Amino acid sequence: MNEQQQSLWEFMQQQSDKLLEQTIQHIGLTFISLFIAVLIGLPLGILISRKLKLSGPVLGIAGILQTIPSIALLGFMIPLLGIGAKPAITALLLYALLPIIRNTYTGITGVDAAVKEAAVAMGMSKWQVLFKVELPLAMPVIFAGIRTATVITVGVATLASFIAAGGLGEFIFGGISLNNTNMILAGAIPAALLAILFDFLLARLQKLNLKKLKTATAILPLLLILFSSFYFLPSAYGSKLKAGFTPEFMGRHDGNLGLQSKYGLKINTVVISDAVMYKAAYEKQLDVISGYSTDGRLKAYGLVVLNDDKGIFPPYYAAPIIKENSLKKFAGLEKILNLLANKINDSVMTALNYKTDYLHQSPEKVAKAFLVAQHLWKPAQNGNGEVVKIGSKIFGEQYILANMYSMLIKGYSNYGVATKTGLGGTKICFDALTNDGIDFYPEYTGTGLLAILQPSLKTVDSLTGNKDATYDYVQQQFQAKYGIKWLKPIGFNNAYALMMRKKQAKDLNIKTISDLKRYLESR
Amino acid sequence: MIKVEQLSKHFGKVKAVDNISFEVQEHENMILLGTSGCGKTTTLKMINRLIEPTSGNVFINNQDIFEQSPEILRRGIGYVLQNNGLFPHYTVAENIAVVPQLLKWDKKRIDTRTHELLEKLHLSKDYLNAYPGELSGGQQQRIGLARALVADPAVLLMDEPFGALDNVTRSSIHKEFKALDELKRKTIIMVTHDVQEAFELGDHICLMDKGKIVQDGTPSELLFKPENDFVKDFLKEQGLQLEFKTITIKSLWHLLSNEEIAGTGPGLLLNYNTDLWTVFERFKVVNAIPARLNMMNLENKEMKTVSFETLMSAFYQFQQQQQGA
Repeated sequence: MNEQQQSLWEFMQQQSDKLLEQTIQHIGLTFISLFIAVLIGLPLGILISRKLKLSGPVLGIAGILQTIPSIALLGFMIPLLGIGAKPAITALLLYALLPIIRNTYTGITGVDAAVKEAAVAMGMSKWQVLFKVELPLAMPVIFAGIRTATVITVGVATLASFIAAGGLGEFIFGGISLNNTNMILAGAIPAALLAILFDFLLARLQKLNLKKLKTATAILPLLLILFSSFYFLPSAYGSKLKAGFTPEFMGRHDGNLGLQSKYGLKINTVVISDAVMYKAAYEKQLDVISGYSTDGRLKAYGLVVLNDDKGIFPPYYAAPIIKENSLKKFAGLEKILNLLANKINDSVMTALNYKTDYLHQSPEKVAKAFLVAQHLWKPAQNGNGEVVKIGSKIFGEQYILANMYSMLIKGYSNYGVATKTGLGGTKICFDALTNDGIDFYPEYTGTGLLAILQPSLKTVDSLTGNKDATYDYVQQQFQAKYGIKWLKPIGFNNAYALMMRKKQAKDLNIKTISDLKRYLESR
Repeated sequence: MIKVEQLSKHFGKVKAVDNISFEVQEHENMILLGTSGCGKTTTLKMINRLIEPTSGNVFINNQDIFEQSPEILRRGIGYVLQNNGLFPHYTVAENIAVVPQLLKWDKKRIDTRTHELLEKLHLSKDYLNAYPGELSGGQQQRIGLARALVADPAVLLMDEPFGALDNVTRSSIHKEFKALDELKRKTIIMVTHDVQEAFELGDHICLMDKGKIVQDGTPSELLFKPENDFVKDFLKEQGLQLEFKTITIKSLWHLLSNEEIAGTGPGLLLNYNTDLWTVFERFKVVNAIPARLNMMNLENKEMKTVSFETLMSAFYQFQQQQQGA
């Protein structure tokens, strides 16, 4: 435990520049959103306390906004506002609205009617009643709303890293993808501390007595503006093209680190989620992205893979990995899972992915159509044997594979099947596997090597580029270390790849990563 | 001074106030009396336009109040609420200064006036920086009164001003209220459901029921010449006590005989405007038997010494005359 803490501390020291930058971005992002949310929410709350008929619809809409999943909301924003700060701030402020509007409304309508009547009867105008009586008396309740909104926003702001708006989410989601606990904690602990700190500060402000409240009311906007100014757009290097890489890609030796060390590539880079990256490239928000070579969206959005002429991306052959205990428990399962071995090559997988990602067919339908075409499909036996738990990561290809395995198991055995799809990253999948949360899931040799085993750079270098050597290495190491077996590869190589829009790549005459570097360095 | 003409307020189909008219003379204390829901508070709030009437006119000093902006109108009318309505986030001083600040008085003038009022209302200056929550109910009500009086408005509207106070506090505030010279210069309309309070403080009383005025008259008119059974029933419960409080020595003067006994000396001297209730209180502290009190007619300086028995027989004669008339 002590060792763990120390290495976390070391990691934070080592990455202190980045950590500070992300923390400041996080604070800035939170408070800009909060500031705008107060600017919108407070007047709206006042309005509906005046026109009670509007209160239902306004609170209803704000409530519905609150229930939209954050990633979906961020996704909606891209066509409208692109990527980066604008959509992130918009999404965050939409989440912050409800508590602010609701508490302003509750606070004002809760002011003692006799006090309000007295204020009117003294000859105050509507505005005087509002500013001298209603708002000051509602202030503790409004503060409570802003407090809630702050804590929500600090939390949701971690998701801003999905759309290249920075913040502590870069470490958190990078860490999850890279199976790097220190990186996760380096993002999560400051984020939690920020939430606690701001909650505490606002609580202090809220509990001030009535006299000091006047000062507090003046301080709050100042604080909001001050913290808001922390935020600056992830600074540009001033290169001609803009790249968007996933947090995972950013931290990997076979990712951005390799691009920098082996190619010397210097490009203006933002961190973005895999879920919105392709679309952002299509919408010309980004020029270069770090995709997967079999991704269906490659086809859907007219993107082209740049040739990795220096061979920094190791092979990523997919194969199911399963605990040996599970293989013993479910006799015959290995044979069933190996039915898919070498059945799907790169172009087949890309085509299947295209059907789900672009044509929006269900993974189940795509899986069945493929199995039927391959004469592998058998009707389900509806057996009541023990249940095999299948896991999958949170992208289309994995959903298709999970469905294929599910149909094969049902068709060829009397085992029941439970699927746990959409596990958000390598770490989550692998932890689920080792903790018996799932029995198997499709993994990639490169990921197994770099994200899970994390051998020395020398070992990685010796394996890079060699499909079979990599497979043999991970097979042997997983067996020894975790008692987990790699079954036969499915056939396709879903490696990392840099991609650009076809047209732009053609116009700029960029075919390889070296071409890209040359173009960036030319004047 | 205040003239209300055919004033009505309908809430949907309910006629809260139904076509009422009355007048209040300058420096008069007029009471709107009635049970809850009779429309008395609605009537009061229409006079400072907290409630806009459905129809009718109100004139203050011959000026139509609906031709003025409501804010300006209200700054010229003092208003006292049942639950004082003090601003909890303002100190006592700030609460009192609300209207002067709206009227843009300078700080010195506000300070001088605030201190003057506190003295008149027997409130310590120590309270100035306290918040209303730190004061007792009676003190809060006095601050509420100070707030209404600070700009010296000619008209004062009071909505059950003493309704939330306990009996002891209320009667002590009643006494102060009657003694306060500030109030003698005001034209006051006060809403109450308390018959005794109405008789004690009112120069004239409008008894209301179901949005209409049942009888408009002086306390003794209501008592001795009730318009109908409603008025009679309304006052019946507290009848005798009310009469004692309404009738002064002056009304009985012609029925009183002088019973001066040589050697008793002048002793306590009562003004002939004193009501009988107060006179009885005085009898209680007279030790001599039979108890006698000295009374003076302020018009001709005539003095009479009267015993309790004489006073009571004069009272019964007076009652019979009133009812016979």
